[in-house]
Amino acid sequence: MTLRRTLISLACSLLLTPAAFAEVAYVSNEKDDTLSLIDLDSLEVIETIAVGQRPRGITLSKDGTRLYICASDSDTVQVMDVASHKIIASLPSGEDPEQFALHPNNKLLYIANEDDALVTVVDVDSHEVLAQIDVGVEPEGMAVSPDGKWAVNTSETTNMLHWIDTETHQLVDNTLVDQRPRHVEFSDDGSTLWASAEIGGTVSVVDVATRQISKKLTFQIRGVHPDKVQPVGVKLTSDGRYAFVALGPANHVAVVDAKTYEVLDYLLVGRRVWHLEFNADESKLLTTNGVSGDVSIIDVAALKVVKSVKVGRYPWGLAVKS
Amino acid sequence: MKQPPPIDPRAYWHSLRGILEREFYRFLQQRSRFLSALVRPLLWLVVFAAGFRAALGVAIIPPYQTYITYETYIAPGLCCMILLFNGMQSSLSMVYDREMGSMRVLLMSPLPRTWLLICKLLAIALISLIQVYGFLALAWLLVGFEPPLAGLLTVLPALLLTALMLGAIGLLLSSRIRQLENFAGVMNFVIFPMFFISSALYPLWKMREASEWLYWACLLNPFSHAVELVRHALYLELNLQALAITAGTTAVFTMLAVMGFSPERTARRKT
Repeated sequence: MTLRRTLISLACSLLLTPAAFAEVAYVSNEKDDTLSLIDLDSLEVIETIAVGQRPRGITLSKDGTRLYICASDSDTVQVMDVASHKIIASLPSGEDPEQFALHPNNKLLYIANEDDALVTVVDVDSHEVLAQIDVGVEPEGMAVSPDGKWAVNTSETTNMLHWIDTETHQLVDNTLVDQRPRHVEFSDDGSTLWASAEIGGTVSVVDVATRQISKKLTFQIRGVHPDKVQPVGVKLTSDGRYAFVALGPANHVAVVDAKTYEVLDYLLVGRRVWHLEFNADESKLLTTNGVSGDVSIIDVAALKVVKSVKVGRYPWGLAVKS
Repeated sequence: MKQPPPIDPRAYWHSLRGILEREFYRFLQQRSRFLSALVRPLLWLVVFAAGFRAALGVAIIPPYQTYITYETYIAPGLCCMILLFNGMQSSLSMVYDREMGSMRVLLMSPLPRTWLLICKLLAIALISLIQVYGFLALAWLLVGFEPPLAGLLTVLPALLLTALMLGAIGLLLSSRIRQLENFAGVMNFVIFPMFFISSALYPLWKMREASEWLYWACLLNPFSHAVELVRHALYLELNLQALAITAGTTAVFTMLAVMGFSPERTARRKT
């Protein structure tokens, strides 16, 4: 009897192994109040989960056990248990949370409150608000440096990057960039910060040591009017080779050589491409395409779009669980 | 009545080789024909499609897995355009052959006419294939049209069947046409409607947005199904419905063409 049970459990574990290791992408659907889950092996939607109102920015805890969801119209950050897909807590985020960034210590969450011109710092364990920092008008993008020293916020109307010292929670510097900065991304070594400007149509590469712009990238796509080139999401490969820039209503993702800053290619994806995310080994890059309601999957080695998967209405944020 | 002597099976092979060689030499001698067969679809690809590149949003439709540029969409249709023009032009040359008497020489062979005409169809089809692959190479160089490499192999039977279908239609037309002058009119009434009222330039859902009758006209056009057969085969997929319709149309038109060239009919025409 014991032998039979052992054999059955062994067979079950063998059968379940591929599924257990399959990577899953979580996609927030802004207009459906749901998350779509995409299996990154089969590239198909395997589940749709109802969450708070107008989910936008989403991010996983460093250990991958919890998913934080900006439920903008519910004025909260929801905490979802990844194993059970249950909402286990709601964090006091301040009003209209849109984007956030988790500190490398896995404890502090920096949340941009678009309507209040604030950045709220929340302790995800104690659920306490530790600080609220005044920033520019319509704060949106958030990033924390890999060494945890800086939290950087972008304000859409003030057109600035706001540098917050994570020890004192004081705003210590501002960097003026082009119109409507929407997203910031640190390079893996923490030496540069890439900031997209949606209306300006540029991406500024900022030297973190001096907090000055060292390079400004512009984009030109054959057959696409320049007004439609509106950079939003930015993602950098950890080997420092490529930068990918989502160009909004231009429906393309720009591939940039992260060393020479040369634009290598433009990849056609769905309509109004918004945010980007890699899988664990960075072999795949996912894009949320808001207007066409799908997620495009890019083969990073080949620099080709392999598939576009239909999700809910207005997909916005992305997180990949390996 | 005296029975004709049995035909040596080798004669079939001999005749096939002869007809293939003749078509091939004719192809080699008519280099301008090869160039014009390439220039036409290339103009569509490089000039026409470039203008529509961003204007026409092509949604994801099978066999595509993601968004494609308009150039990518029309490339399979342009491959079929080459086959269409070639099929018809070769038929035109058959009318010419008939006027010049060389067709009579061919049909006087003791071999069955069906066999001879099928050989002729096959020869036209194979020559067309060379041109299609030439076009695919240029499309890759000029606009970066990159179907999967294996697709270049899987598309071969689809292209061959399409070429046979269009050749058979051309053959039927040529059997009905007495003079070269008449043929020009038929080109306008057959080639252009066949190409434009199909899924070669726009997907069927787009046609349906424009008008319901246009959509149905496209659906009834066997050329649409040939284009879809080629499109799917290029992306390693088999579209069974398109295959059935293209194969069926090929069979019907080959039969009608053979009947059109039957000795009784030819004899009736002379009297």
